[in-house]
Amino acid sequence: MIWQAQAPLQNSCNRKHTRVGAALAFLLALAFTGCEREQRRFSEIAPLSGRPQPQANTELRPGMPGAPGAGAQSKTTVPAPYGENGWAISEGKRLYTWFNCIGCHANGGGGMGPPLMDDKWIYGSDPESIHATILQGRPNGMPAFGGKLADQQVWQLVAYVRALGGFARKDLRPGRNDDMAVRSSEQAMKSRTAESAGSALPEREQPR
Amino acid sequence: MRSVLDPAGPQAAHIAALWWWMFWIFSTVFVLVIAALLVGIFRARARDDAVMTSPSVALQPTRERRIGWTVAACVGLTIVVLIIFLAANVITGHRLALLAADNAVTIQLTGYRWWWKVRYPDPVPARQVTTANEIHIPIGRPVLINTDSQDVIHSFWVPSLHGKRDLVPGNPSAIWIQADRPGRFEGQCAEFCGLQHAHMRLLVIAESEENYQAWLEAQRQAARAPSDPLAQRGLHVFETGPCALCHSVRGTEASGQVAPDLTHFASRATIAAGTLPNSPGHLAAWIVDPQHIKPGNAMPSNSLSPEDLQALLAYLGGLK
Amino acid sequence: MSHDHDAEKNKDTVLSEAELRVRLEQIWKSPDGFTGWFKNVFHKPISERMIITSFVFFALAGLLALLMRVQLAVPENTFLSPDLYNQFFTVHGSTMMFLFAVPVMQAVGLYFVPLMIGTRNLAFPRLNAFGYYMFLIGGLLLWVGLALNIGADTGWTSYVPLAGPEHSPGKRVDFWAQMITFTEIASLVAAVEIIVTTFKLRAPGMSLNRMPIFVWAMLVQSFMVIFAMPSVMLASGFLAMDRLVDTHFFNQAEGGDPLLWQHLFWFFGHPEVYIIFIPATGMVSALVQSFARRPIVGYTAVVLSLIATGFLGFGLWVHHMFAVGLPQLGQSFFTAASMLIAIPSGVQIFCWIATLWSGRVIVRTPLLFVAGFIAIFVLGGLTGVMQASVPFNLQVHDTFFVVAHFHYVLIGGAVFPLIGALYYWFPKITGRMMSERLGGWNFWTFFIGFNLTFFPLHQLGLAGMPRRVYTYLPETGWGSLNFIATVGAAILGIAVLMFLINVTISWRRGALAGANPWHADTLEWSVPSPAPVYNYLYLPTVNSRTPLWTKAEDQPIVKGLRADILEVLVTNLLDAMPDHRHLLDGTSYWPFLTAVAVGIGIITAIFTPWGVVIGSVLAFICLAGWFWPHGEPVPDSSREAGPPVQEAA
Repeated sequence: MIWQAQAPLQNSCNRKHTRVGAALAFLLALAFTGCEREQRRFSEIAPLSGRPQPQANTELRPGMPGAPGAGAQSKTTVPAPYGENGWAISEGKRLYTWFNCIGCHANGGGGMGPPLMDDKWIYGSDPESIHATILQGRPNGMPAFGGKLADQQVWQLVAYVRALGGFARKDLRPGRNDDMAVRSSEQAMKSRTAESAGSALPEREQPR
Repeated sequence: MRSVLDPAGPQAAHIAALWWWMFWIFSTVFVLVIAALLVGIFRARARDDAVMTSPSVALQPTRERRIGWTVAACVGLTIVVLIIFLAANVITGHRLALLAADNAVTIQLTGYRWWWKVRYPDPVPARQVTTANEIHIPIGRPVLINTDSQDVIHSFWVPSLHGKRDLVPGNPSAIWIQADRPGRFEGQCAEFCGLQHAHMRLLVIAESEENYQAWLEAQRQAARAPSDPLAQRGLHVFETGPCALCHSVRGTEASGQVAPDLTHFASRATIAAGTLPNSPGHLAAWIVDPQHIKPGNAMPSNSLSPEDLQALLAYLGGLK
Repeated sequence: MSHDHDAEKNKDTVLSEAELRVRLEQIWKSPDGFTGWFKNVFHKPISERMIITSFVFFALAGLLALLMRVQLAVPENTFLSPDLYNQFFTVHGSTMMFLFAVPVMQAVGLYFVPLMIGTRNLAFPRLNAFGYYMFLIGGLLLWVGLALNIGADTGWTSYVPLAGPEHSPGKRVDFWAQMITFTEIASLVAAVEIIVTTFKLRAPGMSLNRMPIFVWAMLVQSFMVIFAMPSVMLASGFLAMDRLVDTHFFNQAEGGDPLLWQHLFWFFGHPEVYIIFIPATGMVSALVQSFARRPIVGYTAVVLSLIATGFLGFGLWVHHMFAVGLPQLGQSFFTAASMLIAIPSGVQIFCWIATLWSGRVIVRTPLLFVAGFIAIFVLGGLTGVMQASVPFNLQVHDTFFVVAHFHYVLIGGAVFPLIGALYYWFPKITGRMMSERLGGWNFWTFFIGFNLTFFPLHQLGLAGMPRRVYTYLPETGWGSLNFIATVGAAILGIAVLMFLINVTISWRRGALAGANPWHADTLEWSVPSPAPVYNYLYLPTVNSRTPLWTKAEDQPIVKGLRADILEVLVTNLLDAMPDHRHLLDGTSYWPFLTAVAVGIGIITAIFTPWGVVIGSVLAFICLAGWFWPHGEPVPDSSREAGPPVQEAA
């Protein structure tokens, strides 16, 4: 077998290799970016959520629009809400069924408990407020789950509840359940009452 | 470890027999084909490169006919081998179908991500047994396992006893197994079901009829109330902490339905669906940080004070 | 008419050979420059791109496999997280099946079928380019997804309900489902090309029973593609709809059925493996013929076996579903069919061995790969026949036994012939020979590495190790066999590297090859190496199955084609009598733009149903541009083929 000395390389061969190399480099660069929606963080250090502290919720009464940050008492080291994380919202949906939020809130439409799909938030719609609500319970029947849930689970529920309220981007919303025909678009319906026109909380993003 | 080839029951034994038939016949076929290939190449090998440039081989009609008949004969032999194999297959299937089905034990097996719910149904509700990840069966009796799934497709497979059956949600199915000798037979989920498919194992423990009945009777009892203060504190931690939200222990206030039943937890040989041996050290590691052992599974990490943890371990260790 | 005058002036009957060469070179050559790359519609450059792209995907997927084997080398390893491992095995399988195996076989076909049948391009040049861009975009979609942590993670079979909206959050499965759409369109395009080109553009005299077996294989494969691909497109479309717009095709609670997915997928999935295997058998027939220096034994039997395999391949799919509890009578049918298909495969193998036995065998690298193919594929095929039995299948389904089986039939049955064929056809593509010495090392490293990797997996499956597990417990005892397999995988990786090195070095510095270095018999070896851009100076005619071995002194050639437009000769289906001359499309940007338009639609459809509308509108615009009539219509009378002219070659 004889290797023959070669005249200058064919141009097409060179170009091909350069293009392939560029493509590979591009892919490699992409590998260093991440996509927050798809991150699955299984074990954030999640101490037990704090037990509910007795405290005077003097600012808040049923019927008043909520103020942000009221009464959050839990110790948490989870980076704040999983609002951009599709997996966490999906886990929150699972926990919503498991811990029987459906029993009072249905799939967001409410029943014994107030709806979560509309834009009326009695105790605040920002993540910290919802977090506090879940931990502390609320008048008229919302149980206190403080001390019974891991903090990561609470934050996943917070993310799901906010998704119900329309705060999650379209590509983050979980898909339909396999057991109940709740359309994903129905899980973020805005109520069309007169109050909703006026109640704009500062941090509320536009849904969709 | 040769589980499929180490059968402990009639089903697996018939299948293993079929395997050995096929193995020897097909190995012979393979050796013959490779021999023909190598002999053919070596016999016909050109000794020098000049052959490359010379004209192609001239074809003689009689030789071609002979070659054609040889090929036809080989194809005929292939068909014969396939017929033999088909017959062996039919015989095996027949044998499996004819296995006894009377005096059977019935078990309801439900697949979850990533554990097995085991229920021994009984006409009297109080005598039903619910446990997880471990099946006890008496030797010599057929066992009917009714399968279903609560979320995605799983697959029940204990290689020493029988082939597998998929647990398809909404498509309940059933499989017969039988163990003819006592022992501990390991199985594993055999349909990809997500992050912890690799750690979804189960144990089938085959024992004598007396031992089996004794086990069943013990499982029917509610959990004994703990007598020592440490275990009582453990029960308190269990009922008021996050455990009760998902797990259940009959006889206490804990009745969570979404995680394995722990009523007789200490009687089980393994924890976390066969992933770890059931010992206090492993249990402590599992309770405190299950995500480290089975990342992605549904049990969250729990940070308890050391005293609470010791109490909990004492309580769980008493749930025999 | 000036038209006729132009035509007469430019026909190859009046031009000298040198002048003809220059003119043909001018109109058939690839456009220059960066933008020219996007205009190309000629089959050889497009096929080269497809082959190179396929091999890039092969290397990437192979890298994933190496990483997975590192993870599995020891029990309870923490090299890869379960999430990453799941993405890796899904992308590995999907890439190998959708982005390597089928495209590379089709690409080799698209390159050599026109050469082997004696024509200058495929029947639809711009469609061919469109197909390549669709393949490229689909492949990038999957891999960009993996790079961004949006890699599909439910297995290349993506069973529901795991891949459904409830259990697979995010967009990972949607990326996978839409990758399917791209690659299936690309496969269908290639299939249409092959069928029409083979039926209509063959050289005069090449009746159907004189076609090279490789061309028959590509023809059968293309028909299989047309019947199989729509099934998986339907399945992935239903899945995308379930996830995006809340339909219930696979939702048992609302009247759907998870098993519907399995049926639809495997109705495609089983023919898919024959779609991969059949072109490989065509390659083997070509290699065996050349290296045994005689025509293949039992041409008719081999062709009928190919066709039988094509038909039977559609009747086997339920053997992937024996564990779900289907009625036993139905299962028996598929057991019988799965055994029956061994017969046509057996016929082919016996014919090849008989050809070698009765010929004069030249042992070169391509023949080594043929021998390796027979050894490995027969073993894999036998374990496949074993699994046709339902009781035994229930023990080894979804275990490493199956993993061993399908790697034996796919690597042995497709990759080995492919590598051998590339060694064989490398001179025709590049004009240079590959290194024979390195080729020998390449083969033995490949063979040993492959068997070391995959043979232990049979034992692991029988020992109870299921598939798609990211780790295993130490007490199972599976560690030692897994470790051996990992060592074998490293050797296999080295072998692939050797092949790539051999290709790279030989491309620049291999010995110059003449037109027919192997003194083979099929038409592609009658043109210089590398093949000219116009393939044939004058289109050839044939009078036998082995045209170059039985060429008559006065073998006619085709004259009367114009040298100033892209003209080819259309012949009739059965006997390849000349019919008329046909004008092919020239270079155009529209295939690329259409692929981008359709791509935008499909990718947007991952996020919103409006993507379908957007894609349709953009595609309509691009297709309007594509089909917009331009230039002067050429009157029919000037296009008829005259009676054949007997002229010396």
